[in-house]
Amino acid sequence: MATELKPYMEVDFELCKGCQLCIDVCPKGVIAISDKLNSSSYHPAYYTGDGCTGCGLCFYACPEPGAIRVVKP
Amino acid sequence: MSKVFEQPHSLYSEFERKTAGSKKTTHYCPGCGHGNVHKMIAEALDDLEIAERSVFVSPVGCSVFGYYYFNSGNFQSAHGRAAAVATGVKRANPDSVVISYQGDGDLAAIGTAETIHAANRGENITVIFINNAIYGMTGGQMAPTTMIGQRSTTTPRGRSEVDHGNPVRVCEMLATLPAPTYIERVGLGNSKQIMKARKAIRKALKIQKEGRGYSFVEILAPCPTGWKMDPPQARDHLLDTMEEIFPLGVYKDISDEREEHSWDRLSSPFEVEKRHEYLQAMKTPLDLEPIELPTDLNCKFAGFGGQGILTLGLFLAQVGMKAGHQVSWFPAYGPEMRGGTANCSVNVSRERIGAPTVEHPNVLVAMNQPSLEMFEKDIVDGGWIFVDSGICTGEPDRERLKVTMIPAAEIADKVGTPKVANVVMLGALCAATEMFPADYVKDTLKVIVKRQELVDMNLKAFDAGWEFVRKDG
Ligand SMILES: Cc1ncc(C[n+]2csc(CCOP(=O)(O)OP(=O)(O)O)c2C)c(N)n1
Ligand code: SF4
Ligand code: SF4
Ligand code: SF4
Repeated sequence: MATELKPYMEVDFELCKGCQLCIDVCPKGVIAISDKLNSSSYHPAYYTGDGCTGCGLCFYACPEPGAIRVVKP
Repeated sequence: MSKVFEQPHSLYSEFERKTAGSKKTTHYCPGCGHGNVHKMIAEALDDLEIAERSVFVSPVGCSVFGYYYFNSGNFQSAHGRAAAVATGVKRANPDSVVISYQGDGDLAAIGTAETIHAANRGENITVIFINNAIYGMTGGQMAPTTMIGQRSTTTPRGRSEVDHGNPVRVCEMLATLPAPTYIERVGLGNSKQIMKARKAIRKALKIQKEGRGYSFVEILAPCPTGWKMDPPQARDHLLDTMEEIFPLGVYKDISDEREEHSWDRLSSPFEVEKRHEYLQAMKTPLDLEPIELPTDLNCKFAGFGGQGILTLGLFLAQVGMKAGHQVSWFPAYGPEMRGGTANCSVNVSRERIGAPTVEHPNVLVAMNQPSLEMFEKDIVDGGWIFVDSGICTGEPDRERLKVTMIPAAEIADKVGTPKVANVVMLGALCAATEMFPADYVKDTLKVIVKRQELVDMNLKAFDAGWEFVRKDG
């Protein structure tokens, strides 16, 4: 068997409006806010890289259609 | 099982119609509830496989630009009118799935009437009601759902029961109606609520898809901008204060009792061929020949409401139509059923008619004194004027006009009822203008007078008016 596939989430840096709602709902606390600004002057959220269960709660909490993608293999 | 959560297909991947800003983000403020609900609706359209036949109706409010986003049919309706527009779309296209997406200002203030009556008729539509307790688009004014004590630009010291009334609870009100199938209030305060909201939206759309009737989902949604809070604060505020005033839950659900398609409203619009046939039948009489007119008739008929002024106009228009001409009938009347003033404009024309109004008539029928005073001066020189001499006290200008003074109401009374004074006038008009032969008009009256027992009386009234003119003139 190859390496085990793990669930993950990703935030589109440019589409995020930095509202932080995804951070509040994540049961695993694996989303954080970047200190960089995107071109719309928001501090986007990002996945800290480990521990996502693929529950999808951040996806539904996010008001932006294209900002979050969650993959649960 | 593998699963990917991503932008639903029922939202465009790029928002080409958007004019300002990025074409990949919405126009909504950070943390606004509209975006969450758009996503959940679109996901349901994907999963129920109904996007192709869905029509999203967005009235005025922050979501006015729904058509930027939804890859479905779209309708941008006037403020408050969404449920009425949705009704029309659904009835004209019974196979469509129609979503009326409305804010609280739209649904519960300017559109209250449409909201209640669409629910009361049990239209087979889905109403998604975004309750953010404020007018977002216009900058944070009080909404019908603004809470007691809540500050807005129009309630700077907070909404008060005495000055502004209590917040309107729409689910509770609609749940008293027998027709709606499903009414639920959900929220966007936390994940648990959001997942319930998702379920409610799917259920509502499924009910419509299956033709089980009217579904209504109210969603308590944050408006961080209008509330002057940051997005996480706004979600907390929703949980802490809104829920208490607007309790979440199912207010009505009889979807199990309703058969599939039992609430389809299959309206049968006029088929084009049928309509054509109908118009032809109206135009060319069964056994009446078309009649040449020496001149067009531009008529004003005026009097009290209840004197049959509008019907007189309809009769003449029908005669003109039977004779093969272009006709128009344009009524104008006050709010009173009886006793107010009424007038109508009728054109019988050899050419196509531009405007149905008549500013300078060549025929005036005045059945009361105010009408005589108001319209006599407008008649073109040499025009005809018919005055009920038993009712009017004035005398028209005999130098300028062809005058018929006829006590139409009295004559009608002798025939049987003063109600047919209008047909006495029609007789006089036809006799004096010499446009239509008596038998021709009477044959038409036989067809157009709806109640058979009244036909004789109308024919007699017509003859009496006709003879009055012939023996006089
Ligand atoms: C006939 C008419 N009256 C008033 C307005 C002004 N107006 C625009 S949006 C709005 C209220 C919007 O509030 P809501 O329906 O709650 O939607 P939101 O913006 O909060 O999403 C009003 C009064 C208008 N556009 N048209
Ligand atoms: S999918 Fe669930 S666990 Fe993963 S980041 Fe989103 S909220 Fe956190
Ligand atoms: S919820 Fe969406 S828009 Fe808000 S911070 Fe998270 S990814 Fe960005
Ligand atoms: S004003 Fe309020 S309702 Fe309108 S987009 Fe902004 S947050 Fe949303």
